[in-house]
Amino acid sequence: MQKVTYYGAGFPYIHIKELPGKLIVLEGTDGVGRSTQIQLLKKWIEEEGFGVSDTGLARSRLTQKGLDEAKAGHTLGPLTMSLFYATDFADRLENLIIPALEAGFYLLSDRYFYSIIARNVVRGVEPDWARKIYGFALKPDIILYLKADVNTILPRVVHGGGFNYWESGMDIRCADNLYDSFVIYQNKLIQQFDLIAEEYGFITIDATRSIQEVFQDLQKNIRPLFNKP
Amino acid sequence: MLKPNTHKGKLIVVEGIDGSGKSTQIDLLHRWLLSAGYSVYFSEWNSSEVVKSTTSEGKKKHLLSPTTFSLIHVTDFADRWENHILPLLKAGVIILADRYAFTAFARDVARGVDPQWIRDIYSFALQPDIVFYFRIPLDVAVERILSARAKLKYYEAGRDLGLSDDKVISFKLFQKMIMDEYEKMVGEFNFTIIDGELPLHVKQHQVRQIVQDALQGWQGLPTPKVN
Repeated sequence: MQKVTYYGAGFPYIHIKELPGKLIVLEGTDGVGRSTQIQLLKKWIEEEGFGVSDTGLARSRLTQKGLDEAKAGHTLGPLTMSLFYATDFADRLENLIIPALEAGFYLLSDRYFYSIIARNVVRGVEPDWARKIYGFALKPDIILYLKADVNTILPRVVHGGGFNYWESGMDIRCADNLYDSFVIYQNKLIQQFDLIAEEYGFITIDATRSIQEVFQDLQKNIRPLFNKP
Repeated sequence: MLKPNTHKGKLIVVEGIDGSGKSTQIDLLHRWLLSAGYSVYFSEWNSSEVVKSTTSEGKKKHLLSPTTFSLIHVTDFADRWENHILPLLKAGVIILADRYAFTAFARDVARGVDPQWIRDIYSFALQPDIVFYFRIPLDVAVERILSARAKLKYYEAGRDLGLSDDKVISFKLFQKMIMDEYEKMVGEFNFTIIDGELPLHVKQHQVRQIVQDALQGWQGLPTPKVN
């Protein structure tokens, strides 16, 4: 990224001269294959001769433990949840993403704040408010949206650990059982993602295809970044 | 601008720099309202159980930036808002808050976050019915804090801002910046100013008078009869 641009006021107290690295974001709902693709991309970009670092939601040193505990307790209200995730995101942005980009790394972000907004809005949070929180966020070089319908992700989710309380939206009780709640909740998320994709200029990748086909599509979109300053 | 409180309950908050005497005053107000038979709930800044461990880790290990400091405090506030303040306000309870969004507007902006950003984030909070602002000269407040506390904490003294290597000087400079932000908000959020230098009982008399006027003819949630 040549010029440092934020969605809003950024971090007024930090003065960044330049960020020679590239910020690549993979977005999408649960089970679309983001982590598999991140692994493949990491290996490929390293082979191309660039340094690669990666990050994902709720992995910050500051909030990871507290957020896990809060989720285990199931008492998080929608506003509190929005803001707790925003704290995690801000911490990783300042302490991991920006330093990596300053050092010229390719930063692969497994989701960015768009996923958080989608989840917040499905839980009844005001859409405009949810967006304004992220005025401090850097604009990525590219946002790749892995899109798949619920029928495609179901087998992956069932075989990859089963239905999770939060991924099924059980905190908002979309239905009286995990399966129906999962289907309703994930469909609502996809609706939000479609709106967000348009608004933030995502490149939509059809993730119903094979791992290899999706990977090739991602490569095609990322490759032009190698020659950009 | 915060949206007005249209719920049945009343929201009364105290604000001011450290050492302005606000906590003592709200404590006395609390006891008085209880003895008068009102249903009252007291909420303190930075007291949510959900974020407690994160905040204390962050402060202890100096992991907080101005942005994450700000976000963890609004997370704390949101948890109290969703689980206590808003539902009780709807039920008709008098909510007393020792510090409110204005603390964040003053302190976080002094730390360097964008003033509009932090106002947008707290926009789910309602404008209190009364905001008591305890105005006090900087030196008086600083003297009270320094004589009462063994040690100034890192963030409390604004040491993360690198204002001075001397923590007392850092504390003073930081408190001055916070005070300047409070002063800018007097009109914006309709602060009721109380002179922090007046004797304790005189301040309490003024506070009770103002609260009494605001509660004239108002009926909140009844307190259950004991016998």
